[in-house]
Amino acid sequence: MATLTLPVEEKKKTQEQEALITGAEAIAIACKLANVDVVTAYPIRPYDTVMQYISQLVADGEMDCEYIVAEGEHSQFEIVKHASVCGARVFCGSSGVGWMYAMEALTVSPALRVPMVCMVGNRALDDPGAFGVEHNDALAVRDLGWMLTWVDSAQEALDTALIAYRVAEDRRIFVPLAISCDGAFLTHSQALVKIPAAELVRKFLPRYDRGDLLLHPDNVISVAPQANEDWVTEIRRQNYKVTEVACGVIREVYADFEKTFGRKYGNPFFEEYMTEDAEVVLLGMGTLSTPVKVAIRKLREEGKKVGFVRLRWFRPFAGPEIAKCLERFKAIGVIDRDFSFGSPDLSGVVATEVRSAMYSNSSTRPPVIGFIGGLGGREITVPDVETVTDIVFQAAKGKAQPLTQWIGLRG
Amino acid sequence: MSTSTFVDEKPTQNLEAFKGVKKVPHEEYYTSGHRTCQGCESAQIMKLMAKAAGPRTIVLGSTGCMYVANTSYYSTPWGVPWMHTQLGSSGSSALGVAAALRVQMRKGVMKDEPINVIAFCGDGGGADMGLGAISATMCHPDYNLLILMYDNESYANTDVQISGTSPYGVNTSFSTPGKVKRIMNHRWKKNMAPLMMVGHPTVKYVSTISTSYPLQAMNSVRKALSAGGPTFIHCLNPCPKGWDFDPVLSFQLGELAVNTGIFPLYEVECGKLRLYGKTKDIASGRFKRLPVRDYLLKQGRFAHFIEEDIDYFQSKIDEMWNKWLVPGIIPLQKEIEGE
Repeated sequence: MATLTLPVEEKKKTQEQEALITGAEAIAIACKLANVDVVTAYPIRPYDTVMQYISQLVADGEMDCEYIVAEGEHSQFEIVKHASVCGARVFCGSSGVGWMYAMEALTVSPALRVPMVCMVGNRALDDPGAFGVEHNDALAVRDLGWMLTWVDSAQEALDTALIAYRVAEDRRIFVPLAISCDGAFLTHSQALVKIPAAELVRKFLPRYDRGDLLLHPDNVISVAPQANEDWVTEIRRQNYKVTEVACGVIREVYADFEKTFGRKYGNPFFEEYMTEDAEVVLLGMGTLSTPVKVAIRKLREEGKKVGFVRLRWFRPFAGPEIAKCLERFKAIGVIDRDFSFGSPDLSGVVATEVRSAMYSNSSTRPPVIGFIGGLGGREITVPDVETVTDIVFQAAKGKAQPLTQWIGLRG
Repeated sequence: MSTSTFVDEKPTQNLEAFKGVKKVPHEEYYTSGHRTCQGCESAQIMKLMAKAAGPRTIVLGSTGCMYVANTSYYSTPWGVPWMHTQLGSSGSSALGVAAALRVQMRKGVMKDEPINVIAFCGDGGGADMGLGAISATMCHPDYNLLILMYDNESYANTDVQISGTSPYGVNTSFSTPGKVKRIMNHRWKKNMAPLMMVGHPTVKYVSTISTSYPLQAMNSVRKALSAGGPTFIHCLNPCPKGWDFDPVLSFQLGELAVNTGIFPLYEVECGKLRLYGKTKDIASGRFKRLPVRDYLLKQGRFAHFIEEDIDYFQSKIDEMWNKWLVPGIIPLQKEIEGE
């Protein structure tokens, strides 16, 4: 009976919907649900599909925002930076060298305490101009005061975008936050996603309140006046203070997310897969979780007790918790989709961070073997994971292994 | 609500011209606290700009003298909200703030009123690094904002280096005359205001101003803020430190730049060009341009010029006034062939 069904618009407000969408589309829908005020776009693959979806949402009247196509990434990020200081909820994003083109704007935003939320569609840095995933783009801001999270599914992308606004706009935090989505593997892959009801999102996500930091004629302040050695240490220290409370805030927000929407993420900082009885574990970020999980199920059939830890939050890096989780295994294999030129042990960024966390937070300190692979969009295959696992088992047996190894290299 | 299908305009403040110096309000929105040099004309335009705009204004300042020397932590001179923006971001900053105001007023979370948005930049930030962003901003007719470029013809804050608006042959710390090369800067000054008005046909107001003519300068700012859409002002600001002259001469040098025909004063309202001040008299023949020598030799930055340099400079200025299609402004030349 037509008269008994709610109009579509009403239904959207009150009921959860389900749709087959890509990771980029999921984030666009999250922006709509979050009632974002200012969005800036600039084309670069693969992140830019999110802006195509937002453009359509605006044209169709489904989303009310200022949608500005900038003339370059530097302006793209500068526009939202200023809009945010002026009280607007903002969204922006980029990929690869586009992200690097915005670097100056990315650098100044944390000190300005700008809670902008961005999507990075992870892409290899030029040259040679590859479109595919590599994590060095987003990781370039890891020391600059950005919060960084990696997601591995369209559902998680949508949920994390909502969580991101709550976390970043919390007055205790007030720093920019980037959600990393592996280029192509996530940005362009469709999956069934539960889209939460607008009413619930409104409840979960109050309006961004810049308070006494608002740039407005009713609040005459000078933002970012020039300072030197007299105050810079104290200003840096204020951002450092954010890192002290960030893990706590993230935990609070995930708890509230679960209460509001009924979807559970367990430990916010990392996902554990078949780790209960595992002897060794692999660790990585993003969509490599898919081949790794398939390989683990296969290896389990062969009796090899291997598990997987997928890191969600890279900044803040939940060092003590991660170390506590990892120290119970006999060896750890970290797969990096990045590389870190001249690092200690020549490992990737994540392996180096894990070793650092283990050194100060664990007494057992099992061997951490670093693997580098899947660069420029190359797949990390199930056989790759099997090879990696064999090496980690060797390390667990006490046989010394090279601390950094490249996987899937062509001969 | 939108007033037009083609452009989503929003009303501006209606800032009428100050009718004479005695009618200028006493209130200052750029006051004590800055650390600019004696005789700094760039600081002067900050003061005039803020006065002209009034209290319902947001000012964005890109890196340069007017940031570093102007706005120190704990001693800001600004009586209106002010925010530092990056060297190349005057265009983007104004766009971001105008967009934020607009959307929040539309959604009813901020009181709906016209608020002036001004982003200033120096010549380095405007004519060099920020040109792309300013150009992009000039193409957004939906947002009311003003980009004001204060031009002291060098990167004066970083020890005086040549910029895109430095004059030909000038001695700066990046173009010091040497034993073999007397002239290190062969570039001619970038023609910024025409670049803005010709390159961005929907812009409703572009002008050049000089702090030596403060009333006109303030009224130009008021016109720009009332015009609607993005607007641009190019202000010439003599700089005792960078140009190497006695600070007492600041005002006089500003006048000489105009009277020699080097820096013409004009405004373009919706495509209509209007020359003003001595520039108007030069164009109509009522006033004979003074020789550039009178201007150049008052400044240490041209002390290395020999007669032929002065002659070359003079010939370029003569060309501006005698050959250009719109004398002093548009450097296209009439087709001679067939005449």
